[in-house]
Amino acid sequence: MQFMLLFSRQGKLRLQKWYVPLSDKEKKKITRELVQTVLARKPKMCSFLEWRDLKIVYKRYASLYFCCAIEDQDNELITLEIIHRYVELLDKYFGSVCELDIIFNFEKAYFILDEFLLGGEAQETSKKNVLKAIEQADLLQENIDFQMRLFAGNFGGKPNNPCCSIRSVALDVNSPPQGQQKQHPSNINTDFEVTGLLFSLISQPSCLK
Amino acid sequence: MPAVSKGDGMRGLAVFISDIRNCKSKEAEIKRINKELANIRSKFKGDKALDGYSKKKYVCKLLFIFLLGHDIDFGHMEAVNLLSSNKYTEKQIGYLFISVLVNSNSELIRLINNAIKNDLSSRNPTFMCLALHCIANVGSREMAEAFASEIPRILVAGDTMDSVKQSAALCLLRLYKTSPDLVLMGEWTSRVVHLLNDQHMGVVTAAISLITCLSQKNPDEFKTCVSLAVSRLSRIVSSASTDLQDYTYYFVPAPWLSCKLLRLLQCYPPPEDGAVKGRLVECLETILNKAQEPPKSKKVQHSNAKNAILFEAISLIIHYDSEPNLLVRACNQLGQFLQHRETNLRYLALESMCTLASSEFSHEAVKTHIETVINALKTERDVSVRQRAADLLYAMCDRSNAKQIVAEMLSYLETADYSIREEMVLKVAILAEKYAVDYSWYVDTILNLIRIAGDYVSEEVWYRVIQIVINRDDVQGYAAKTVFEALQAPACHENMVKVGGYILGEFGNLIAGDPRSSPLVQFNLLHSKFHLCSVPTRALLLSAYIKFINLFPETKSTIQEVLRSDSQIRNSDVELQQRAVEYLKLSSIASTDVLATVLEEMPPFPERESSILAKLKKKKGPGAVSVSELEEGKREGGELNGGSDRGADTAAMAASNASTPSPQADLLGLRSTAPVGSAAPSAGSLLVDVFSEAGPATPSAAVNDDGFLRFVCKNNGVLFENQLLQIGIKSEYRQNLGRMYLFYGNKTSVQFASFTTTVSCPGDLQSHILYMQEHFVEPLVEGGAQVQQVLNIECLTDFCDAPLLNIKFRYGGALQNLTLKLPVTINKFFQPTEMASHDFFQRWKQLSQPQQEAQKIFKANHSMDTEVLKAKLLGLGTALLDNVDPNPENYVCAGVIQTKNQQVGCLLRLEPNAQAQVLSHTHTHTHTHTHTNLYSCL
Repeated sequence: MQFMLLFSRQGKLRLQKWYVPLSDKEKKKITRELVQTVLARKPKMCSFLEWRDLKIVYKRYASLYFCCAIEDQDNELITLEIIHRYVELLDKYFGSVCELDIIFNFEKAYFILDEFLLGGEAQETSKKNVLKAIEQADLLQENIDFQMRLFAGNFGGKPNNPCCSIRSVALDVNSPPQGQQKQHPSNINTDFEVTGLLFSLISQPSCLK
Repeated sequence: MPAVSKGDGMRGLAVFISDIRNCKSKEAEIKRINKELANIRSKFKGDKALDGYSKKKYVCKLLFIFLLGHDIDFGHMEAVNLLSSNKYTEKQIGYLFISVLVNSNSELIRLINNAIKNDLSSRNPTFMCLALHCIANVGSREMAEAFASEIPRILVAGDTMDSVKQSAALCLLRLYKTSPDLVLMGEWTSRVVHLLNDQHMGVVTAAISLITCLSQKNPDEFKTCVSLAVSRLSRIVSSASTDLQDYTYYFVPAPWLSCKLLRLLQCYPPPEDGAVKGRLVECLETILNKAQEPPKSKKVQHSNAKNAILFEAISLIIHYDSEPNLLVRACNQLGQFLQHRETNLRYLALESMCTLASSEFSHEAVKTHIETVINALKTERDVSVRQRAADLLYAMCDRSNAKQIVAEMLSYLETADYSIREEMVLKVAILAEKYAVDYSWYVDTILNLIRIAGDYVSEEVWYRVIQIVINRDDVQGYAAKTVFEALQAPACHENMVKVGGYILGEFGNLIAGDPRSSPLVQFNLLHSKFHLCSVPTRALLLSAYIKFINLFPETKSTIQEVLRSDSQIRNSDVELQQRAVEYLKLSSIASTDVLATVLEEMPPFPERESSILAKLKKKKGPGAVSVSELEEGKREGGELNGGSDRGADTAAMAASNASTPSPQADLLGLRSTAPVGSAAPSAGSLLVDVFSEAGPATPSAAVNDDGFLRFVCKNNGVLFENQLLQIGIKSEYRQNLGRMYLFYGNKTSVQFASFTTTVSCPGDLQSHILYMQEHFVEPLVEGGAQVQQVLNIECLTDFCDAPLLNIKFRYGGALQNLTLKLPVTINKFFQPTEMASHDFFQRWKQLSQPQQEAQKIFKANHSMDTEVLKAKLLGLGTALLDNVDPNPENYVCAGVIQTKNQQVGCLLRLEPNAQAQVLSHTHTHTHTHTHTNLYSCL
């Protein structure tokens, strides 16, 4: 795989991962061109297209497009399932993932991707193993946080974890049921974009076919 | 699994992201970002040392801003600092920033490498993985230099954790892709191959990508992987859907690994070992059988995973191209997919069938699906699927179905998408030419093509039809008749007018007997289109008119009148005006004999590769599916062009060419540059070859001779180096012969395309040295690869100038052009001669006639260090004679220059003095200019 792009229906880039060295200028050009091409395609069209000397494999999940560029001899269908597995991983980690999760926790989206794909090739395809790796890393942090709080003596003294209260809520209710709109910590939906950011990526009818 | 924002929420970051999202306009967003950037900058510059958390937060904000598409020019140092934090998330954010933002030639790489080194040796698997991910993400050459030898060790060590092994394998793959010369597997090869046997499926999945890449480059060293891959595949294929636990994906066991195993096997020919081969064939059959079983799940993921394996298996079957049974089964399976309700499957089936069509075993089986494919071309709603259908029709075309396929493609062209029309036109033109049994069909097809899709008929297509009509006299009459009819349409495409003008100008006489197409009717018909045409076409028509005067003297007065009209003879376009004036004059003063000679019928065109084919190849790139098929077509198509030995005709034409008043007169603008067109003038070429890469657009690079002087006294080294390319030289000379090895190294990670090198001898150098290229370089130079070229050189007589090496290639679309002086100098052919003092001075005196002697005083540019000077003189190729000259300060050398025709003895004395001036004195045999040449070397 040469690169992976995540962008919204409005053409906003949400995540970019490049596995070949390119200049920033070139990256921007490619992104612009591809976002335009993919957004122009109709829903029932096939998920593959030839572009320059690469093959583009893309799929839409709710408001987000996942788009991969692969080389000539690479397998299109398995790439489609790479995309799906990544969405599954995000979904499992965030609990019914939506676009807003990826915007606010973009670094997590990168970390999960790095555990799953490295250098453009599948590193670990087992969902369990990928999430275990991420969980371990999170655990490492929790312990440190915990220690810090203990030593600091006051829970909210340091502004290092604004979301912990909300998280504990989510923990209590054992993650919201699929398909529902989530309460997001920073859900101020007054931006100039169209809504849809809160739709769970994976339980939308568009991807159940 | 707990929900969002685990571990480390960064309140400041969340607030910032919310702010950005609340911005009502782009301007507001930029304002908010600039405010934040100023804030971060002041924090980073401030006196107060930031704690790790703040640093992490700000670096993360910068990252977010960058991902929004803004440029970030600071913060790198802070990110690097985070790498050495002992808090995991700080380290992690530091690595993320570097992976996303640091490009490979950053100055910080050394610091980053240090941090990576620490983490790699930390023995903490989580830290090691982070470091490996960073290397794999950045993948720079400096990183390869630092870690390429370390990572294989980590990969195969017994005590490495599985997750670290996985990262190490793919990290190594990335480094191998950027710097293959630095990743040396050597002793590790067999242990890496045996990772295919690893118990952990994740390790196998990661390792196989590395092994596949390495096998492609060094198939022999890795060939033991074939049997391992087959047995692994066999175990997966025969396993029950639950055996592999979490590696089963929607009831399909290990689909990613299966695809990769099948892909790896495509790097090799079919296994020679019968047992291995049997087992593999069994696997392939099982995969084909499974495709017929009812699905275990209705989910699209299930069928996609299953079919991904199936398509990869079919690719392998096509790659082997040796099992007729499997090939036909594959074809039938794809046939089913052609009518599947999933667009994706139809697309892939069409694509895959394209390659099956070129196998002799399955070509016939593919042909049975012609109706389905034609239907797809007509009814598919997605243009990319229709494109595949057109490709497949093209690939399955042969003599038996050519007329049907060409007809279908033509009718499709009427409604085809603009994006694929040009390619369709080329394909129709090629098929029509390739499978033409009678040429009237060919002419009809091309004229139809112009009628239907005139705008997309490129010049090469109508050039080609003219070439063929000119070369085949049995079709000329028909062509004239058809084109005459086609021109009668009220609105016809300009390309039709061009073909019509050319053909009637040449062969209008063949249909002039019919009163409905008498000369005057023909002329009036052509001239009725004149005013609607562009300048190049008008120019062509003017030439057709003068040809008419020759063919049909009765039209002379009418045509002269046209030429004489103000709109012609005073035309504001220089070319048109010149033609009108010259043709008018020619027709009034030349005798019929002269006219007949000047305006003679065009001689046949020499055979050459079909320009259309060249164009299609260029469009599709060298890796195109059916290129080999096309080549075959070219050979078949060759006969269309008639005779082979046309030397005499060509000469005659050149003669007639010379006698014309304007070089374009009887050529209708075809043979030289298209009058106003933008095509490249290719001097000496009989037909404009619009495809030759060497267009005038190429700025001819100035000769670069920086490296040249350094090579006067040495034979090996780097001749040239820039950001993209390094050229190294190794050369050896014996007597009058030399051999030079040129090494071209691609320093980028991107392929160079159309890589060509040419050596030329400027001026009359050609008569002094001979060179012969032994190996031509491949036109593609992979990123990081080095290619070698050998040049044989023979010195005929002494010479002064050096040959020029011209290098052209495409780097990311831009044409690079480079000219270098090749360091071939006369002194390279020196044979050192040892002689005693007495002998030396005796000869010195013998060679004292004026033309044998030369001296020059020059200033030394460098310090006059004895040793350096001695080394240089030796490097010059002469023998340095000690104890010869009475003055020990002087240097005395002797040598014989070996050329093919003679040997030239040379004696040389250098007399340095205190003012760092050097008097150089040479005595040679006979040749005056040898002195000059030698001095230019000195």
